[in-house]
Amino acid sequence: MSAREIARVVDEAHRRHWPTVLASTVRLTRDLDLAEDCTQDAFVQALRTWPDGVPVNQAGWLTTVARRLALDRLRRETTLRRKLPLLIEDPVSPDDVEQPTDPLRLVFTCCHPALARDSQVALTLRLICGLTTREVAAGMLISEATAAARITRAKKKIAAASIPYRIPPDEELPSRLDVVLTVVQLVYTAGHVAAGPDLTRADLTGRALELAGLLVRLMPDEPEPQALLGLLQMTQARGDARLSEDGELVLLADQDRSRWDVRLLAEGLSRATAALERGHGRFALQAAVAGLHVTAQSWEQTDWHQVVRMYDAMLVSWPSPIVALNRAAAHSLVPGADLTAVLAELDALSNEPTLRSYGYLPAARADVLARLGRKEAAVAAYDEAIALTVNGAEQRFLRRRRAALAE
Amino acid sequence: MAQYMFLLFDTEEFYDNVTPEGWQETMKLHTAFAEAVEAAGASILGGAALEKSSTASTVKQGSGEPLVTDGPFIETKEALGGFYLIDAKDLDQALALAKLCPSNNVEVRPVMDTSEGSAPPA
Repeated sequence: MSAREIARVVDEAHRRHWPTVLASTVRLTRDLDLAEDCTQDAFVQALRTWPDGVPVNQAGWLTTVARRLALDRLRRETTLRRKLPLLIEDPVSPDDVEQPTDPLRLVFTCCHPALARDSQVALTLRLICGLTTREVAAGMLISEATAAARITRAKKKIAAASIPYRIPPDEELPSRLDVVLTVVQLVYTAGHVAAGPDLTRADLTGRALELAGLLVRLMPDEPEPQALLGLLQMTQARGDARLSEDGELVLLADQDRSRWDVRLLAEGLSRATAALERGHGRFALQAAVAGLHVTAQSWEQTDWHQVVRMYDAMLVSWPSPIVALNRAAAHSLVPGADLTAVLAELDALSNEPTLRSYGYLPAARADVLARLGRKEAAVAAYDEAIALTVNGAEQRFLRRRRAALAE
Repeated sequence: MAQYMFLLFDTEEFYDNVTPEGWQETMKLHTAFAEAVEAAGASILGGAALEKSSTASTVKQGSGEPLVTDGPFIETKEALGGFYLIDAKDLDQALALAKLCPSNNVEVRPVMDTSEGSAPPA
């Protein structure tokens, strides 16, 4: 194999096996930094030695090397080593190399509710996806220094506050799992509606899909990871159709449905359906909405009544202003809807602090105002929406809508 | 096991209007909390209720003479009214116990290990 081919093989192994190798090494070291260094070094060794022959069991090879490096360093440093607080874990033997639940421990540690949301996202990208600090910074649109500080602070809190390295007990699992899934969805959204001139950052959306897939494999009996993966797949399947040939944003309403990725859609839809049969959690309901969209012949023929009903169900357990905004937007599309009532619904949301800098609210108001024939107010709402939108393609879309109104 | 300080922050209006029965009721809640801690296999290493923040004095030591002022260091609507020192298995257990603690705002702070050979503060 050429050096380039080996690099590609190792790169692929990095994407697939990083969390397994790291998680197994963490159980040995009970120290995140040390485990991370040794895992990184194992991949460097792979680059050096795999040209002589790529191992059949790549994950096993990498785990063995990383753990051996860790043992060496632990022995060497044992006298010099500062007494650092070690990760607290369930009593599992540190000697067992293969513990299929290891990556899951790591996921729940990264997404512990005692960490700030930004730290959860940064840690997940770094420790589960194996991104470098620079890549984390690029993904989260923060400086490299900020990303580094965020990751370091979170790791220190995990050690100093004794955040355990374990899978939460059954009674805590639903709420803890919700945090994990939210983080994965945030990673996807960050890639899907990236700030800047491009509409998506494929690396982040791809990572989010991989994360969701990992969770499905690790928790095959839980419906919510299934639902999240289905939801992301359905969103991803519409990816190409979101952009016109000249790179402009095309709303779901105007998308050429023949450009959707039918195979991915079908997979997402069947996952969503399976998840819905087993529960009506937050992600199952979101997947249901996505399913109603993708199975409709056209935007107009979407079952808006049913969409509104799904949002109502979501609001019961998840009273978020963003869900309420989505509900209002769907309500406005029910045939014969009372638009004045919808406008009141939207106006009531304008006092919500979480929506104050959220461009979709004025955009939704603008649309309803335009349909009510209140041109001036609609133009003002579009201006507000444009000012709040950071994505270039979305901005251009809003400007076109505003211009069409002025004519 | 790890040690955590539970800092209890509440409005002080309670003290102004409390009846003897209300006071007894609150004491019962703290007794129940202590029992819950023991039942969970954790333990209370210490703790106390504090007099109102209006009785506090603050000593500021800068470059010049130490300055004594009347009142708490930080004036807040919800003041530090008491604390517990808890020995728990990990943060998950500490947070579960904090949820049982009779206070509207419990700050959970890990206690630093200052024994010989310990690491400098994280």
